[in-house]
Amino acid sequence: MVEARGVCKSFGRLEVLKGIDLTVNRGEVLCLIGPSGSGKSTFLRCINHLENVDSGELSVDGELVGYRLSGDKLYELRDKEVCGKRAEIGMVFQRFNLFPHMSVLDNVMSGPVRVRRESSAVARERAHRLLERVGLADKETNYPNQLSGGQQQRVAIARALAMEPKLMLFDEPTSALDPELVGDVLDVMRGLADDGMTMIVVTHEMGFAREVGDTVVFMDGGVVVESGDPKTVLTDPQHQRTRSFLSKVL
Amino acid sequence: MTEPPGPPGTPRGAAAPSAPGAEGKVAPTVVPVRHPWRWVASAVVLVVVAMMVNTLFFSHVERGGVREGRFQWGVVGKYLFYHPILRGIGVTLELTVIAMVAGIVIGVLLAVMRLSPNRLLSGAAWLYIWFFRGTPVLVQLFFWYVGITYLYPHLSFGIPFGPGFVTVNANVLVTTFVAGSLGLSLNEGAYMAEIVRAGIISVDEGQTEAAQSLGMSKRQTLRLIVLPQAMRIIIPPTGNETISMLKTTSLVYVIALVELFTATQNVSNANYETVPLLLVASIWYLFFTSILTVGQYYVERHYARGSTRALPPTPLQKLRQGLFQLRPGRPGLPMDVPLAAPHE
Repeated sequence: MVEARGVCKSFGRLEVLKGIDLTVNRGEVLCLIGPSGSGKSTFLRCINHLENVDSGELSVDGELVGYRLSGDKLYELRDKEVCGKRAEIGMVFQRFNLFPHMSVLDNVMSGPVRVRRESSAVARERAHRLLERVGLADKETNYPNQLSGGQQQRVAIARALAMEPKLMLFDEPTSALDPELVGDVLDVMRGLADDGMTMIVVTHEMGFAREVGDTVVFMDGGVVVESGDPKTVLTDPQHQRTRSFLSKVL
Repeated sequence: MTEPPGPPGTPRGAAAPSAPGAEGKVAPTVVPVRHPWRWVASAVVLVVVAMMVNTLFFSHVERGGVREGRFQWGVVGKYLFYHPILRGIGVTLELTVIAMVAGIVIGVLLAVMRLSPNRLLSGAAWLYIWFFRGTPVLVQLFFWYVGITYLYPHLSFGIPFGPGFVTVNANVLVTTFVAGSLGLSLNEGAYMAEIVRAGIISVDEGQTEAAQSLGMSKRQTLRLIVLPQAMRIIIPPTGNETISMLKTTSLVYVIALVELFTATQNVSNANYETVPLLLVASIWYLFFTSILTVGQYYVERHYARGSTRALPPTPLQKLRQGLFQLRPGRPGLPMDVPLAAPHE
């Protein structure tokens, strides 16, 4: 589903990604862990082209994201063309980023109605279903700032799912939440994984990575240090850097 | 919370009937802080108001051997709905609407240009704002009226540096109305650009990212997500600009465009009732700025959706609440009840 080969990215002089190679299969849940500044979030944002890459190839479902390969050059696509690809990839942010001027229902309907040009009846029907699924059917008419962080994040997940994405990206979805609200969000994500959604999750929740993840990838300093089965990586890491990171967080 | 001066000694709402405590003791009643200086200040204000009412409506003065009302309200009333003045009001409102609409359009355009990564575009917008904000409107109005016909007696439309298709006499095209609207609009555009830009950069970048991750194009993101949120920042100063513009239109007096102020001046030049006609102009300006103020309040309330948990009460609701509070023992309408339980 996702294929990364030699993805490099710099912000000015700072090299954030130094050649990432990664494969995510359909239905796989991949958890990206690592210290802050290791490039996990940047890599995630490259996948749906919120950041452009400097070199390397990144494809989702067999198609390059944001670029067209011609000869040995990658040509950056126009905004319109990138949008079509992005619509197939759902993304959930650390800070929720719900649209504060829209009700919960409008937030969830905004993608299908505005991007897919669906009729509002169809979109509303799906929004109802999704909000029920994340346990917020009674909050449809509320505005985001009337909800707790955990509720906002579940709305954000419903909003991303409303586009019926092939792939879901989670950028530290529980880092901004009060500890007692983390569980509800993780439950929703676990449900998604059980339904066979392909997911890439940048997370500090090692419990979630171990339990739900099919693969755990440890990144540090812009490279993939170690990856594999969660139980192996988390309990018996092969690299010194992985070991020292895990000893601090576990 | 500040407390409006009420009758002294009456506790306002807060003091609940005291109940016996656990050991049979009576819980002490709360006595609010007294504000004696507030009473003194109120008295001073009352005296000043009384003086003003007296001088405005009840005092007389001798002018040229005739004793008449100081403010000659009779003359004011006579000219308040005088036909040429009503026509002037029409022109004032037209100019205000044209200048504000054009100003907002120019402003949004310039703001987007200034935020563009293209240096040439942002530089051009910067230059525009620098020029139009840096010179007085009065000078600009003169310039559009006198300067244009002097510099370009014949205006020609066609290919840049190439042949022109249509050539017109500038004196015919640039009437006082055209010059006035042009001058006010272009000047307003510069101010609106800064207001819109402030609004756009106030919206969190995460909003743009969220919109783009849903597949919205840059234009959709600006129109559906960024601008509606920027409105909350943009509306209050735009309201100020509109009110300010309504009065600034009077500057077109200098290019002899007959709007409200010029109309009153024309009348007073003929009948020498200078002061009453200044009052006529002031009354009309106050009337329209009051309407705009109320309008601004409701527009702000509309765009406050989602930014406050409970919308502020409308003036009507406030009035009702105030009336209820005057009755003893009624704490007023529960206005601050949030729209829904805010937290789980």
